[in-house]
Amino acid sequence: MAAPNSCKATENPACGLCCTKINNFAVNLADTVILQDVNLHIHCGELTAIIGPNGAGKSTLLKAILGEIPHQGELRFLDAANRSTSAPLVGYVPQHLDFDPGAPISVMDLFGASTSRWPVCWSHRQAQRLNCQTALKRVQASHLLDRRLGKLSGGELQRVLLALALTPIPDLLLLDEPVSGVDQRGMEIFYEMVSDLRHRYDLSIILVSHDLNLMARYADRIVYLNKTVICSGTPAEVFNNDQVIKEFGKIELCPLDVDHSGKGD
Amino acid sequence: MAAYYAWAQNLLPFQWAQYSFMLNALLAVFLVSPLFGILGTMVVNNKMAFFSDAIGHSALTGIAIGVLLGMRDPLAAMLAFSVLLAIGISLVKAHGKSSPDTVIGVFSSTAVALGIVILSRGGGFARYSNFLIGDLLSITVQEILMLLIVLIIVLLFWARFFNQLLLVSVNPSLAGSRGIKVLYIEIIFSVIMAIVVTISIQWVGILIINSLLILPAAAARNIAGNMRQYHVIAVLIAIISGLTGLILSYYWGTATGATIVLCASLFYVLTLWGYAKFN
Repeated sequence: MAAPNSCKATENPACGLCCTKINNFAVNLADTVILQDVNLHIHCGELTAIIGPNGAGKSTLLKAILGEIPHQGELRFLDAANRSTSAPLVGYVPQHLDFDPGAPISVMDLFGASTSRWPVCWSHRQAQRLNCQTALKRVQASHLLDRRLGKLSGGELQRVLLALALTPIPDLLLLDEPVSGVDQRGMEIFYEMVSDLRHRYDLSIILVSHDLNLMARYADRIVYLNKTVICSGTPAEVFNNDQVIKEFGKIELCPLDVDHSGKGD
Repeated sequence: MAAYYAWAQNLLPFQWAQYSFMLNALLAVFLVSPLFGILGTMVVNNKMAFFSDAIGHSALTGIAIGVLLGMRDPLAAMLAFSVLLAIGISLVKAHGKSSPDTVIGVFSSTAVALGIVILSRGGGFARYSNFLIGDLLSITVQEILMLLIVLIIVLLFWARFFNQLLLVSVNPSLAGSRGIKVLYIEIIFSVIMAIVVTISIQWVGILIINSLLILPAAAARNIAGNMRQYHVIAVLIAIISGLTGLILSYYWGTATGATIVLCASLFYVLTLWGYAKFN
């Protein structure tokens, strides 16, 4: 599907050569300015977290990147060979699925429907099942293959959706508040997994989150968004910014290794 | 069980099979049941039960328009109107701010009222009451052929678009991120649904056509674990209810469509019991 990409094929630590540029994004809905002058530069192998108050336009920005909401400005993706495209392969993990838990959709159905044209109501081909299994293994969820979506726990569903967003490995991965309804431990496991996958597949990740403490730990860069980019930089830079402190209070920056002592995993 | 044996013994001489209208209806059941069983799966998944109901009711307006235009067979007018309504509702739903239920309710009640006002002018509404109940036994060979063509079109659509339809029903944004044109898929599906419902109304009737669409799928989802089982069970339930309803209606002298729906309801109750037992 995607053009062969030397950067991704090698599953090596960040090559840092590919990047995503968002230039002058603006979204207006019925005369109301939702977003304006949004400029972001996202490197591959980096997890960029978008934080901001409710109604700041965080989800809107993701939907604009997805092309679901009309926007001004442009999105450019530069791959390792310096080829530029305005339509990178985007993986998306939605905030929640609005599906009916009683619907007889198995995890395999969801994968088959997303990755092939062979109608899943007819059958699943063996090759498809193997692909799906491989994808689920990336998030330690291969035992969920034939489970009904409605029977998965919040955390299991998020891992399945993450596996789906990584099939095929995208240029850009968008996560919209991906752990709503998951307990604290589940969130940590999820972010550790995302963090690990980012290095392994050299992904550019944009993440919308409300959990600032977790973002302080796992994000490489933080963008404070409120209609436009108020400030951006490393967690240390952003969480020491006066405006951010005014909005959210002081966030403790705890390095990963300190925190691990208590977890014992 | 005694009633079942009595019924089976009654069936063996195949008295009903001597009439050509019954054999026609039998063929029609074998075409309509899988058609409704298959379409129903996605109507239920997309929570579109109210939508298909509205399309069924809008047939009244289609008939009224046909009558105003002086058509002898109002089918063309019914089809045109229901397709326009289906597209209209999809667009308003996609761009409007009200909840889909409200949008559909507004469209549907307006359409029904308009139809009744036109048709009841001069007190002649009784003439059209056969559309309310429908008559499967009146189906002609040409109409059976038309049903066959519709079934083939739906099967082709399913083969090509089912995966996209399923993803849209799970999450439109997720579907969009996979390059699926969500609105386009929704419109094609609702247009196909409008065509199938409208064509079938003369045989099944406005009052119960939606039940025939919803019941087999609603029953199947109680016991299915994936999409394949969902389809197989829905189609089986639709065919078995269709056959049973047809034969029962012959012996009882009742309206065929309604009898079929009653059989399907029975299946729903059974699967509900099965769901409670196995989950």
